[in-house]
Amino acid sequence: MTTREHDASVYEQVQESSEFQDLKRRFRAWTFPMTVAFLVWYLLYVVLSGWARDFMGIKLLGEINVGLVFGLLQFVSTFLIAWAYSRHAERKLDPIADKLRHEVEEKTQ
Amino acid sequence: MSSTTLGMILFLAFVAATLGITFWASRQTKTAADYYAGGRSFSGVQNGLAIGGDYMSAASFLGIAGIIALSGYDGFLYSIGFLVAWLVALLLVAELMRNSGKFTMADVLAFRMSPRPVRTAAGVSTIVVSIFYLLAQMVGAGALVGLLLGITTEAGKMWTIIGVGALMIIYVVFGGMKGTTWVQIVKAVLLMGGAALVTLLVLGKFGFNLSALLGQAAATSGPKANPGNFLIPGLKYGTDAQGLAGKIDLISLGLALVLGTAGLPHILIRFYTVPTAKDARKSVLWGIGIIGVFYLLTLVLGFGAAALVGKTAIAAGDAAGNTAAPMLAQQIGEDMFGPVGGTILLALIGAVAFATILAVVAGLTLASSSSFAHDLYAHVFRRGQASERQEVVVARISAFVIGAVAIGLGILAQGQNVAFLVALAFAVAASGNLPAILYSLFWKRFNTSGAVAAIYGGLGSALLLVIFSPVVSAPPPAAGAPVTALIHGVDFHWFPLSNPGIVSIPLGFLCGWLGTVLSKEYNAAKYAEIEVRSLTGVGAEKATGH
Repeated sequence: MTTREHDASVYEQVQESSEFQDLKRRFRAWTFPMTVAFLVWYLLYVVLSGWARDFMGIKLLGEINVGLVFGLLQFVSTFLIAWAYSRHAERKLDPIADKLRHEVEEKTQ
Repeated sequence: MSSTTLGMILFLAFVAATLGITFWASRQTKTAADYYAGGRSFSGVQNGLAIGGDYMSAASFLGIAGIIALSGYDGFLYSIGFLVAWLVALLLVAELMRNSGKFTMADVLAFRMSPRPVRTAAGVSTIVVSIFYLLAQMVGAGALVGLLLGITTEAGKMWTIIGVGALMIIYVVFGGMKGTTWVQIVKAVLLMGGAALVTLLVLGKFGFNLSALLGQAAATSGPKANPGNFLIPGLKYGTDAQGLAGKIDLISLGLALVLGTAGLPHILIRFYTVPTAKDARKSVLWGIGIIGVFYLLTLVLGFGAAALVGKTAIAAGDAAGNTAAPMLAQQIGEDMFGPVGGTILLALIGAVAFATILAVVAGLTLASSSSFAHDLYAHVFRRGQASERQEVVVARISAFVIGAVAIGLGILAQGQNVAFLVALAFAVAASGNLPAILYSLFWKRFNTSGAVAAIYGGLGSALLLVIFSPVVSAPPPAAGAPVTALIHGVDFHWFPLSNPGIVSIPLGFLCGWLGTVLSKEYNAAKYAEIEVRSLTGVGAEKATGH
């Protein structure tokens, strides 16, 4: 059990370090508001599908109406958010995470 | 040669290939990490394809195309919920789970809690969610064979379910995660290829003019009085006849779809099959790409079936529209290449549909048997004293037992309207599993009683509400209208919605919060460990080399 307790104290030290707090802040400051944003955007679509059918039925181009375009925009936003997250993670999160991981692994081994 | 013969040949070729893969995988599967997580040695792209293969069920392929073909736009609502849900998995769950867990969902939940109660709750929830989902697929397989192979006798359907179940058991018991993953990869490629081919032919027929396709779909299959309604929401979900309850039910369904995916056990264990969290991220990105494109294809398939086959013919084939995609394949094949073309395309799509069912049921059986062996047997019954070897033996036995149970239930439920079980599985996952996972990863104060309360509160409330919903019992339908409730002749429903999510999801989160604040338990050191591990990957399980 001694190694586990030793590990735990290492983890608490890392958790308190400013570098880790920076990583945590960068992760949460991006993913939490973005999660709220895409959920609101999705729920707006569902609510409009229930309550604003005349609006969804406005024809834009031939038979292609607002409802179809709105739905397709959900696909576009999903692809864009996924791509933006991977960029954010590679540039802003991975370098700090990798550095901290190497440091902790040196300490615990 | 008839399309049923050709379909059988194509399907048997798939079975032979996947059995070959299973045999190969069984020789590669030695340790627990091999059995549960495929040695964590799949690449991001491979796992991305397998995620697609695991997720794109018959309900997605045949079901959504069918809803669009019969009710127009509303099928599209389903696809969007199923897709957007993956952002929850990507942003909040996949990487952190890969870093802090080992084999099952419960590994993450039990990390800083008292293991026995939390693993019991997570194991129960995993098995309940997986069995619901499994049952829906098994019943679907029985219905499908009647439509595709012309087998309509009860005995024929029963043997189909037994056959599907037997193959699923073989994949999982012998191939473990490695075999199951390869079956899902092969299936994903076949399904995407088949769907893309039919989509291209349909679009080609309309000169790649989407508006012309939509116009003909509405004219052929839309309501006679107002064909334009076929292209806007409201013919199936939240119809005017259902009033306010119907619209709230639509929101409730939407919530369960978008929040359920990141709590589905068979999806969560896929994140363990790659070497690092970065690969988990990459696999979800690939998964989102594949699944997104697939749902765009089903949009064309659904409207194509509405335009070229027509609502009347599709509804005559299957009241739920599950045959829309195969019927479209036959029709477009005939239109473009004559009767032989129709025969070949029908056989192809029929075989792809069976491959789809097989890959999904295998994933579900693996998830539930893994949780039984790793959570309930090894950690609850044996209190962590079981050897890896014993655990894997128990996992294989439980895969066999769960498979047998699924076959039995599938036969009993044959002919029942069990389509609601897929939506219910998503609702339970969103109400019980998701709060427990998110609180575990992000809430410092969270503890054992919170985790147990979230899972049982979410699971229990979702089940109770469905039992007392119009899905299970309803007033007798008006003369001539179809009976939709599960139980006929009695009416004990008091909950007005078919989908419990809008109540049970907030309730699951509330139970998790309440359970936590009512208990003083809190382990700061363990929270530090899971937080650091989940974000940095320190001490994450490594891939096993071969």
